[in-house]
Amino acid sequence: MLGGFFWGLAVVAVAAALLCVTRRSPVASALWLVVTMFALAGLYLLLDAQFVAIIQILVYAGAIMVLFLFVIMVLNIGHRPSDLRGWVGRGVAVLLGAGIFLQLGVIFWAIRSGGFGQQTVAFPLPAGELQRMQEAQGAVGMIAGPLFRQYLIPFEITSVLLLAAIVGAVVLAKRKL
Amino acid sequence: MLLGPALGVSALLFAIGVGGVLLRRNAIVIFMCVELMLNAVNLSFIALAQQLGVEGQVIVFFVMAVAAAEAAVGLAVILAVYRHQDSVNLQDLNLLRG
Repeated sequence: MLGGFFWGLAVVAVAAALLCVTRRSPVASALWLVVTMFALAGLYLLLDAQFVAIIQILVYAGAIMVLFLFVIMVLNIGHRPSDLRGWVGRGVAVLLGAGIFLQLGVIFWAIRSGGFGQQTVAFPLPAGELQRMQEAQGAVGMIAGPLFRQYLIPFEITSVLLLAAIVGAVVLAKRKL
Repeated sequence: MLLGPALGVSALLFAIGVGGVLLRRNAIVIFMCVELMLNAVNLSFIALAQQLGVEGQVIVFFVMAVAAAEAAVGLAVILAVYRHQDSVNLQDLNLLRG
């Protein structure tokens, strides 16, 4: 049952990503990317990350992709000739993509089977531990603990980063200050 | 356990993102492909968080915050370039060519 949902969502995510990369119209690309993000949110749900799944829909599909669509429509670049590269460029793209996929596959396979050579990857948590934590502390409390204790300073630095991004975006996009 | 399949899907999505960056010339679409790669990395963080501890999910929040900041600044840059060059096609941006 769980596996069936997982593979369905995985197929949707990969197919929508392929369509996002190959559609000519930028608006169609953006909408297929939204489909990928919804499918990924479903995968997060299956992987015991309920809060991250909701944030994925709110922030990625809701905010970031709307910003992309807004810019595409402001620039009105929907009806231009195709921006895909020629056959040489396509071949290079497919080859490099396949090469990176193979490399990542080897790395992940090594992680799965216990590490590289001398180094070993430890898996300290027993199966179902995250689910137990969720029942004890709640989906939000489970994340909030480490976020506001162990990672408090990175969290504060993130707010400074977002402020700098806001100021930078206004300075860059405004015609005349 | 879904760790292996999730890591496989993550690798596939990342490779599609890399292929997309190399395939397209439209700066906005290339940007979307970068977002796709960030999402693929998030998926592997979450898959590994199931076995290595909940900190992996915390890192995903930081990735999302950085992605939001990056999208805001990057799209502002693209707007400024469009105003200057009247195009977002990377072929037309050749000011630094000798």
